[in-house]
Amino acid sequence: MKRNFLRRNDLIMLVFAIILFAVLQGLIEGRVLSSFWQLNLLIIGINVILAASLNLINGYTGQFSLGHAGFMAVGAYVGVVLTTNFSVPFGAALVAGGIAAGALGFLIGIPTLRLRGDYLAIATLGLGEIIRIVIMNIQYVGGAAGFKGIPHHTTFAWVFFIMLFTLFFIKNFVNSTHGRACLAIRENEIAAESMGINTTKYKVMAFTIGAAFAGVAGGLFAHAFYLITPASFTFMQTFNYLIMVVMGGLGSITGSIAGAFVVTFISAALASWPEFRMIIYAVALILLMFYRPQGLFGYKEITNMGIFRKCFAKGGKANG
Amino acid sequence: MDELLQAEHVSMVFGGLKAVSNFNLHLNKGELVGLIGPNGAGKTTAFNMLTGVYRPTTGSITFAGKSIVGLPPYEVTQRGIARTFQNIRLFSELTVLENVKIAFHFHVKYGLIEAVLRVGRYFREEQEIEEEAMELLRIFHLEDKADEVAKNLPYGAQRRLEIARALAAKPKLLLLDEPAAGMNPQETHELMEMIRWIRREFALTILLIEHDMSLVMGICERIYVLEYGEILAEGTPKEIKANPEVIRAYLGGE
Repeated sequence: MKRNFLRRNDLIMLVFAIILFAVLQGLIEGRVLSSFWQLNLLIIGINVILAASLNLINGYTGQFSLGHAGFMAVGAYVGVVLTTNFSVPFGAALVAGGIAAGALGFLIGIPTLRLRGDYLAIATLGLGEIIRIVIMNIQYVGGAAGFKGIPHHTTFAWVFFIMLFTLFFIKNFVNSTHGRACLAIRENEIAAESMGINTTKYKVMAFTIGAAFAGVAGGLFAHAFYLITPASFTFMQTFNYLIMVVMGGLGSITGSIAGAFVVTFISAALASWPEFRMIIYAVALILLMFYRPQGLFGYKEITNMGIFRKCFAKGGKANG
Repeated sequence: MDELLQAEHVSMVFGGLKAVSNFNLHLNKGELVGLIGPNGAGKTTAFNMLTGVYRPTTGSITFAGKSIVGLPPYEVTQRGIARTFQNIRLFSELTVLENVKIAFHFHVKYGLIEAVLRVGRYFREEQEIEEEAMELLRIFHLEDKADEVAKNLPYGAQRRLEIARALAAKPKLLLLDEPAAGMNPQETHELMEMIRWIRREFALTILLIEHDMSLVMGICERIYVLEYGEILAEGTPKEIKANPEVIRAYLGGE
């Protein structure tokens, strides 16, 4: 019985997602959306991947990481080098970028995840900057001037389906014993350890998975433009993703989607008034922290809320 | 009788402070043993050494015939020692059911890929976990609170949930650190019955720290008394009650 309703929930989500895709793709094909909004649609999708993967590390596992833009940069540069210089197919280049970022996350996670709280945040912040500066000094990828002549591979379909895959991956991970181990670490590390959970292993696992998805998102991001520079991957980017995660709710996939959408949409919609953009942005954040510090969705998922409860069989906490 | 746990000449030194010294304790399979002593005697430190939270400065601890000194806590748990905490440590933002499910963790066999793609053993094992977790909740009268967030439970229920969670790890030895702390006499009495019952039902060996003498004297078969980090006395409840050293430690001598 349980088996059935889990599958049913997934199917409803999938059908909903495909309808959404068809509508958006129709809007793009029919040239209803201007090229500016088409690009922003790509960015929203990419940001959803980044926010959801950062949420896995910061929200679900409770490890405060600020190195996300660095992993994104690794994926982006590995991807563009492969497609531009070696004519590797786009999909394979994305996977390679994800693996490279994941491998780096794994190597770096082992020593840094011994740190807690603020210390981990500072170490990962430094790490992201190191990655950026190293790239800046590699002439092969264009150094500070950036990498030029990237083929335009990123389409809405690529972004949408990779985003969908990421969301299902993270949702299923969180709802398994592995994800529960991560939640336990967030809630109480000592108790988690005394319940037989190898906390180091799961922290590194979450960090690696998060980094790998950031790498894939980096590849998608890079192939949406003609040029990428190391300046696209500063820690300000990481803060942007962090804001999306916190705004949506640490520990909610629905929240990450909403956060990525709201933040990207606001900054795009206000693009013509840059002077107001930062003010509105800041005021929105302050108000949110005052009135809803747990974020828009808190720990909840859309499948568990009000009207949606009727559509979806009552299930575990994060079946959406 | 089979010996399950043996601690010999164990001591723990923090800087200049000898928290526990020359601590000897043995538990036979199926026993229910109490560890008592005045505040600060080193009872919780002893627990922390037995569960791998602290590595003893000297001494040996063997569990089921193998040394467990130096193992990290999660490996000690995987060998078969589960515990509760004096200051409750639940996964407080998660539901009651999730709290218990987490403790099945190292018995789960499906891997990461099976979990993410939801193939293979995933559904069957998840269903088993859910059923077993609900069964444990029923035993501890928490089944109708399964979907409640753990931090919202009343204090006594949180204590029971901690025991349920520890049992979900399927231990051979259960260490209870002040299970009756903060409970009223009625709740303490129910807890006593419950401890007796789970020991029989799960074929457990239990070591418990407790200040509530009615509980300790009521259910323990053997008692160790700790004072200033050393074992002061050991014996049946009757012997302990009559031991002049123990009376001096608790009531003060001349």
